[in-house]
Amino acid sequence: MSDNLSRIVPVLLQGLPPTVIATVGGIVLTILLSVPAGLLLLSSRRWVRVLVRIYVEGFRGTSEVVQLFWIYFVLPVLIGFQLVPLWAGVLVLGLNHGAYGAEIVRGAVQSVPRAQYEGAIALSLSPAQRMRRVIFPQALVEMLPPMNNLFIQLLKSTAILALITVPEVTRQARDVLIPNYGDDTILIFGLVFLVYLVLAAILTALMRLAERIASRRVGRRPSRAARVAARAAGPGVSDRMAGI
Amino acid sequence: MITFDAVEKRFGDNVVLRELSFDVAPGEHVTLIGPSGSGKTTILRLLMTLEKVNSGTISVAGRYLSHMVKGDKLVPSDEKYCREVRMRIGMVFQQFNLFPNMTVRGNLIEAPTRVLGLSKDEANARAQDLLDLVGLGEKIDAHPTQLSGGQQQRVAIARALAMRPDVLLLDEVTSALDPELVAGVLKLLRDIGESTDITILCVTHEMGFARDFSDRVMMFDGGRVIEDAPPEKIFSDPDHRRTQDFLQAVLNH
Repeated sequence: MSDNLSRIVPVLLQGLPPTVIATVGGIVLTILLSVPAGLLLLSSRRWVRVLVRIYVEGFRGTSEVVQLFWIYFVLPVLIGFQLVPLWAGVLVLGLNHGAYGAEIVRGAVQSVPRAQYEGAIALSLSPAQRMRRVIFPQALVEMLPPMNNLFIQLLKSTAILALITVPEVTRQARDVLIPNYGDDTILIFGLVFLVYLVLAAILTALMRLAERIASRRVGRRPSRAARVAARAAGPGVSDRMAGI
Repeated sequence: MITFDAVEKRFGDNVVLRELSFDVAPGEHVTLIGPSGSGKTTILRLLMTLEKVNSGTISVAGRYLSHMVKGDKLVPSDEKYCREVRMRIGMVFQQFNLFPNMTVRGNLIEAPTRVLGLSKDEANARAQDLLDLVGLGEKIDAHPTQLSGGQQQRVAIARALAMRPDVLLLDEVTSALDPELVAGVLKLLRDIGESTDITILCVTHEMGFARDFSDRVMMFDGGRVIEDAPPEKIFSDPDHRRTQDFLQAVLNH
């Protein structure tokens, strides 16, 4: 273990705020884009679906790094306005992962049984009410696990912001630490690994929590209070109640 | 209350209903029987606007359901028009179709508050009354998944009644239930039939129930009504050979 550790860690941690901001900002934008885009992919109007399809395939099918260069280097030439590097990064991360997220949202909404739509129609709920009150809350449960995957990928993608001078963790390692502590390459990049691993673990823990809350709300797993109550009442009660 | 006029319904090449015409009077209880695939459930689904007719018209309470009048022409009804007429109709499904993302209370007050515009208090009071009626008053804050099939179906019946429909459609409502739970649900439906003047259309394989619940039984086969008579007549002295065979098969299983 190098005695430079105490000097390396603080420099690396200076990169933490940009990495976290890019991740959180990217996730927020991903959600804001993928939910409407996913729902519009199910629109009955063909031109709407085509438009959203172009967005989804455009961002899924091209390199994230090249998208970043477009927004950071090409856009200023076109419109004469340079985005702050960090926000340019958030924009690309959000647009890109929002395209993937749209497919997740579409798939989850389609996975809600047809019977639920029919139950909602039979109660004369409007199409918007059906989606907002009945279908989407159930689809949400299906969305969260793949969204967790997507968010972790987004977290790791923040490393490409090093290419447009954002002083995030990877750039701190490569541009500040390596030139000064060249003998500690293994340690430095080992620590970088660790930072992403810890951040991913935190993200997963938060998403698990969200999954638990969402699935409890659709009754997949009864709440703790209900389980305790059921146990206290004994197994025979529900059977007897059923006959009434 | 309900009028089918020369209704035809196809799924692809498969003709489910052919030139079907019949009327149901207000308050009448009509049971539809017949072999599976004979189009009984399709009739309920057409009335609930879950399916659209290929030709012919359906009216409910004097208004077109399948169509709307535009200028002086009759055009297929759009979503907005459908919703207006649909509000008079309620349906109970074989698989209950309760919303698992809401409590029992949520299931019962959702549509009355959002569609009928009832206040939360009014809707809650109505929900409590109906749950008491179906014998589940103390389950109002339970989750549908915590209830047995029979209890879920009672909640579904209460949920449909909470909209105060003029027409209630019952689609094999006991078919998914364990045998010991069937009698309770059927008794509840008999009580509702006696205590309200709702027009009820019912698809069922429970012939005992059909016999004492209905004013009229319609026997379907191959997308046509082959016999339409009071239950006493159909069950003891059916005219049609197909009806005899069907009843024999169902009653002796």
